[in-house]
Amino acid sequence: MSDAAHNSLVAHQFDDARQQQEAATVGMWTFLITEIMFFGGLILAYMIYRNQFAESFHAASRVLDVWVGCFNTCVLLVSSLTMALGVRAAQMGDRKKLVLFIIVTMIFGAAFLGVKAYEYSEKFEHHLVPGPTFHFHGVPGHEHAPNAEIFFSLYFAMTGVHALHMIVGLGLMTWLLRKSIKGAFNKDYYNPVEICGLYWHFVDIVWIFLYPLLYLIDRS
Amino acid sequence: MDTTSTVERVSATGIISDTIRTNFLNADYGIKSWLLTKDHKRIAILYLISITVFFMIGGAFAAMIRMELITPEADVFTSEAYNKVFTTHGIMMVFFFLIPSIPATLGNFLVPVMVGARDLAFPRINLLSWYIYVIGGLFTLTALVLGGVDTGWTFYTPYSSTYSNGYVMLTGIGIFITGFSSILTGLNFIVTVHKMRAPGLGWFRLPLFVWANYAASLIMVLGTPVVAIGIVMIALERGLGLGIFDPRLGGDPVLFQHIFWFYSHPAVYIMILPGMGVVSEIMACFSRRHIFGYKFIAFSSLGIAIIGFLVWGHHMFVSGQSSYAGIVFSLFTFIVAVPSAIKVFNWTATMHKGRIVYSTPMMYALGFIGLFLVGGLTGLFCASLGVDIHIHDTYFIVAHFHYVMVGGSVMAYLGGIHFWWPKMTGRMYPEGWGRFSALLVFVGFNLTFFPQFIAGYLGMPRRYHVYPPEFQIYNVLSSGGALVLGIGFTIPLIYLFWSLKYGEKAGPNPWRAAGLEWETTSPPPTFNFDYQPVVDHEPYNYSEIDARSSATVSTHSVQEEQHV
Repeated sequence: MSDAAHNSLVAHQFDDARQQQEAATVGMWTFLITEIMFFGGLILAYMIYRNQFAESFHAASRVLDVWVGCFNTCVLLVSSLTMALGVRAAQMGDRKKLVLFIIVTMIFGAAFLGVKAYEYSEKFEHHLVPGPTFHFHGVPGHEHAPNAEIFFSLYFAMTGVHALHMIVGLGLMTWLLRKSIKGAFNKDYYNPVEICGLYWHFVDIVWIFLYPLLYLIDRS
Repeated sequence: MDTTSTVERVSATGIISDTIRTNFLNADYGIKSWLLTKDHKRIAILYLISITVFFMIGGAFAAMIRMELITPEADVFTSEAYNKVFTTHGIMMVFFFLIPSIPATLGNFLVPVMVGARDLAFPRINLLSWYIYVIGGLFTLTALVLGGVDTGWTFYTPYSSTYSNGYVMLTGIGIFITGFSSILTGLNFIVTVHKMRAPGLGWFRLPLFVWANYAASLIMVLGTPVVAIGIVMIALERGLGLGIFDPRLGGDPVLFQHIFWFYSHPAVYIMILPGMGVVSEIMACFSRRHIFGYKFIAFSSLGIAIIGFLVWGHHMFVSGQSSYAGIVFSLFTFIVAVPSAIKVFNWTATMHKGRIVYSTPMMYALGFIGLFLVGGLTGLFCASLGVDIHIHDTYFIVAHFHYVMVGGSVMAYLGGIHFWWPKMTGRMYPEGWGRFSALLVFVGFNLTFFPQFIAGYLGMPRRYHVYPPEFQIYNVLSSGGALVLGIGFTIPLIYLFWSLKYGEKAGPNPWRAAGLEWETTSPPPTFNFDYQPVVDHEPYNYSEIDARSSATVSTHSVQEEQHV
């Protein structure tokens, strides 16, 4: 066995760092494909019901605050930028910048979740949470939505599952932060940063789909 | 690491042996060395033990079903209890036995060895997948102990989301969790096959077992998340009152069926594809021939995996889906039979003019071909729109899918366990008992399930424990067959245990088989090979192997006497 090529950063099952990095990257992409299928089930349900209950979906969507959603979209996009800069810093072996960008990314991620929590609490106050207390008033001119409850069921299911992924992402970031403070990453070994970055961007992209699907129906 | 050194010690079996090579079994001792292992071979053994437990639980529930059905009246169970019994049988067998059966045990053990790697790409994730499996299983068992679930293994809405009084949530959580173990296993296989092949091992030199597991992995990775989100939606509906499938809000219960079968039909191919891989290996070895149509078999695995995703609607011909959709799903179901048939023809052609050895694995493999043929062809009956209306939800369907799942997957699984048992444990099983129980399983199986085709065709519905008296004869035959089948499954359990201690020493290659796994020692060392394997020949080079060994006839015939 090629023991000479083995250093402590290459796990025993791999021949060299390159193979390890490629395997990890293929693994993460494969995982992201499973995630696409996971969200795909929800988006399928959304497509069917939106087609079936177009009027209700249009009316119900107007209740959501488009600007709060827009703000959150921007927050996530910026967090993706800082994540990308963090990966870059890791590749350059710049530990200080890496730590900084991970912290900034985490702040933006947390801000997104905070805004989401605010939006959820508003839905509770306005009886827009599906269940026995559900009551849809709508906005002036768009009060008629017999199937609004389905829209909000999907709204909570989709944004809820997305938020769960954000929380997992923050967990990963915490782990990365600890490791990068310890100086675990350098020019030759930054794969975990890259892999977690892929995950973070993916969760971001899911939101890029959810935002128009839920907030931007019929806003003309 | 120095795996070539030999150590002298009292072996685990208590027999003082001369020199024992270090292998993955004696490399380390103690419960901790197993529960924290990252060795794919040890994880395979952990899986083997746990799926056997779930198989026995599922089998016990099958016994209860067959017991109840001996007479047309309700003797043992109330209707509700009977619902819970067949639901538990289905859930245990499908999610906790059949889906992990070959990939998580034989696949886990063999895929890295067959590609000449030291381990799977992600050993820790591999161990994690076993823990996830066990935790999911415990959730489901807890639900069972608390009172069970009565929805059938299909969890159709709105019964499961609104009306059922069983422990749907707990069972659902268990299956959701277990799904991730399947996803992680599939992911590990895909990366390993892509990135960790030994030098010289091109895609078309891979054993067909690896191709089959790769194809099954694609389904695990693409299908499982969909059923997972389906279960999440049911849980949200049942637990939090969201209403995605709730007809009162305009939701569509049939949508759940679509989401469920989008996974659960391809899941059938997760069960059968690795089995087909096992049969390809056994067929070539015991016909002493190069496998016929290697590329056809390899690509038909991928073909099944891909087309298998386009047939789910054939479960819903009478669920109120559009009849045009029904036509398309029916067509694709006929098409998916083509790659399966390609495999059967190629196996048959492999045997043609071969020197067939009726060893235990070969008998299971031959049984597989016969039973899978019946299961597959009756599948075409079910795929026909008109015929399906007659046989839908009857015992004809039950017989059909048992022919594929038990006659196919379980036969292949047992064949594979026997074929690679010497590799996994270093010991031979008793050949006579092996053949006897293979025969018993085949006879018992047919006695159990063939009468169900007739009963079903004559109109006996599935999932009822009370039935018109004219069906009794078929049910008595079936219950009698189940007893034979049960004995047939129990015998291997006993002699395989027995062989761990008393079985003959196997040596690295008792079958004179081709493939990297037979080049290393039995059992293999922790990192599988003491050297970096390099592949410089085509797979299934049996004519070369036999030509080479005929030069040393004397040693050979002795080996043949002993093991074949």
